[in-house]
Amino acid sequence: MSRLKNLFQKKLAEKKSVLNIYFTAGFPKFESTLEVMHALQDNGSDIIEVGIPYSDPLADGPVIQASSAIALKNGMTIKNLFEQLKDFRKQINLPVILMGYLNPVLQYGFEKFCSDAAEVGVDGLIIPDLPEYEFESEYQSIIKKFGLDFIFLITPETSEERILKLDSLSDGFLYAVSSTSTTGSENKTSNIGLYLKRLRNFNLKNPLLVGFGIKDKSTYELACDFADGAIIGSAYIQALNSNCDTNVSTKLFLKGIRD
Amino acid sequence: MFPNKYFEPDEKGYYGKFGGAYIPEMLYKNVEELRVEYLKIIENVAFQNEYQNLLKDYAGRATPLFFAKRLSQKYSVNIYLKREDLCHTGAHKINNTIGQILLAIKLGKKRIIAETGAGQHGVATATVCALKGLDCIVFMGEKDIKRQAPNVARMRMLGAKVIPASSGSKTLKDATNEAIRYWINNSVDTHYIIGSVVGPHPYPDIVTRFQSVISLEIKWQLKEKIKTELPDYVIACVGGGSNAAGAFYHFLDVNSVQLIAVEAAGLGVDTDFSAATTQLGTIGILHGSKSLLMQTKDGQVIEPHSISAGLDYPGIGPLHAHLFETGRAKYLSATDDEAIAAAFELAKLEGIIPALESAHALHALKLLKFKPSDNVIICLSGRGDKDLSTYMKKMEE
Ligand SMILES: Cc1ncc(COP(=O)(O)O)c(C=O)c1O
Repeated sequence: MSRLKNLFQKKLAEKKSVLNIYFTAGFPKFESTLEVMHALQDNGSDIIEVGIPYSDPLADGPVIQASSAIALKNGMTIKNLFEQLKDFRKQINLPVILMGYLNPVLQYGFEKFCSDAAEVGVDGLIIPDLPEYEFESEYQSIIKKFGLDFIFLITPETSEERILKLDSLSDGFLYAVSSTSTTGSENKTSNIGLYLKRLRNFNLKNPLLVGFGIKDKSTYELACDFADGAIIGSAYIQALNSNCDTNVSTKLFLKGIRD
Repeated sequence: MFPNKYFEPDEKGYYGKFGGAYIPEMLYKNVEELRVEYLKIIENVAFQNEYQNLLKDYAGRATPLFFAKRLSQKYSVNIYLKREDLCHTGAHKINNTIGQILLAIKLGKKRIIAETGAGQHGVATATVCALKGLDCIVFMGEKDIKRQAPNVARMRMLGAKVIPASSGSKTLKDATNEAIRYWINNSVDTHYIIGSVVGPHPYPDIVTRFQSVISLEIKWQLKEKIKTELPDYVIACVGGGSNAAGAFYHFLDVNSVQLIAVEAAGLGVDTDFSAATTQLGTIGILHGSKSLLMQTKDGQVIEPHSISAGLDYPGIGPLHAHLFETGRAKYLSATDDEAIAAAFELAKLEGIIPALESAHALHALKLLKFKPSDNVIICLSGRGDKDLSTYMKKMEE
């Protein structure tokens, strides 16, 4: 069974929420990647989402744009990332997913990307600008061949028919964007309960994680009231921006969310 | 009216292997709505009537096809200038914005956003928003706000809000990123009027169709003048490629008409300061479509350079990538200096000050070998008022 499936089964049985934390590889320093992953594991994240920096991240707000620009300046590339991740499974047992835009992945070679990801021990992929028609016609079989989970996003504007389709194409979990926005925006969470309740009625095959605009204890708990857990990105990147030691800032941040 | 067998996109928006819609889910609903509705709306008779009337009475079409006698003598060939510079607001961009504002109204949208490089598309968008009473927000790179100041002032006078894009190279690519992000955050009541034949399907096709009036007019105007609809050459500059797509459109399936696109070489294609996408680019994804793109081997987009803000873009529309790859159109380039020289030449020989963008197309006259009997159309996409400060600097040098 995949690490993601395992995790959700266990957490659902314990009636506990799942926390997925996003950070940008190579930020704040080129060598930070593994250090951040360790800090996330040691301080209670359930899933680690590693962002691959891109020059033109269309779905991202200012915080992740800035961290991506710094990571690129630091020299982060997909090749370097896999180099850094070569031995991470010796120490890290949390599910790890890679989040990146399609263009750098295509230049690296889609199949090679999946093969290298699987080889180092990555569990799943999020590629927000990969259209589902191309996923089906070209990439699904490759992703399956390497045993990776692929996670689609849905939004409050996504139709029921399409939600069901994207759920059926996804494995691991389904990523419910909290409001139609870029990452890190102050969202209008007022309707989030309604939206998530509606999703519940669809009997989705995948667990649901809510992302975008989840930034503190109250937004995290609101999301967890209706979903299986939540994803935090920009707020954690901001915490890493403080001058503290990575482990200290991660500890403080996660304490603030979960205690 | 739209006769092309080989160069129409398929249902998913592919021209050969280029095109498609590579967008995050947050934009899916808007783009899908457009995809499903656009042909129904723009092929509707009442829509076409209103569009044609506005092109005529508001934009001032048909624009003249002018036989440039002294330029023709100099290059020993028959040169006709398609005077898009005489459109209301000073460039071809208004052909598209009139069409898209009508489309936006049909879709029930309340607010319009646009990106702009040279500011011509921003002005053309602000203009039609004023005409129709819709809110207008234009995203423009910080660098372009400085070098195209007159157009910024025009947009403001027309009631548009101009938001500076300060990421990346602070030019057209970044303005487009910001516009798309704004659209993601305000998807419900906003229509995004893209200014060139770029973006996710169906935008390249929408903009191509609205610009195709350029070649439609060229055909009958040429017939009036020299009794044939078909020139030997059509030449246009390419940023994203909308004036070129419009000037080529009705000739795409007629192989006797040579189609020449001119890209901005910047300081030169062998320097790190260029925007000649077909020479420097490889297949990749930018702003929602698969096309040719200037990028590093790691797939990061390279910041382009051109003296002309409207051509300072690291990609081209998917139709152009397809025309390039199939060899149907030929892609040349002009450096900053060559474009400036061509602008001064046109000013002196014909009394027309072209936009810096259009000046790139004029440089092709020096690169092509013509027969004296050839009839050459050059799409003069815009006028040079916005570029006067750049031209004045050159005069002082
Ligand atoms: C006068 C003029 N010509 C050409 C262009 C380039 O755009 P396109 O390649 O879409 O025609 C611009 C863009 O700003 C322009 O203002």
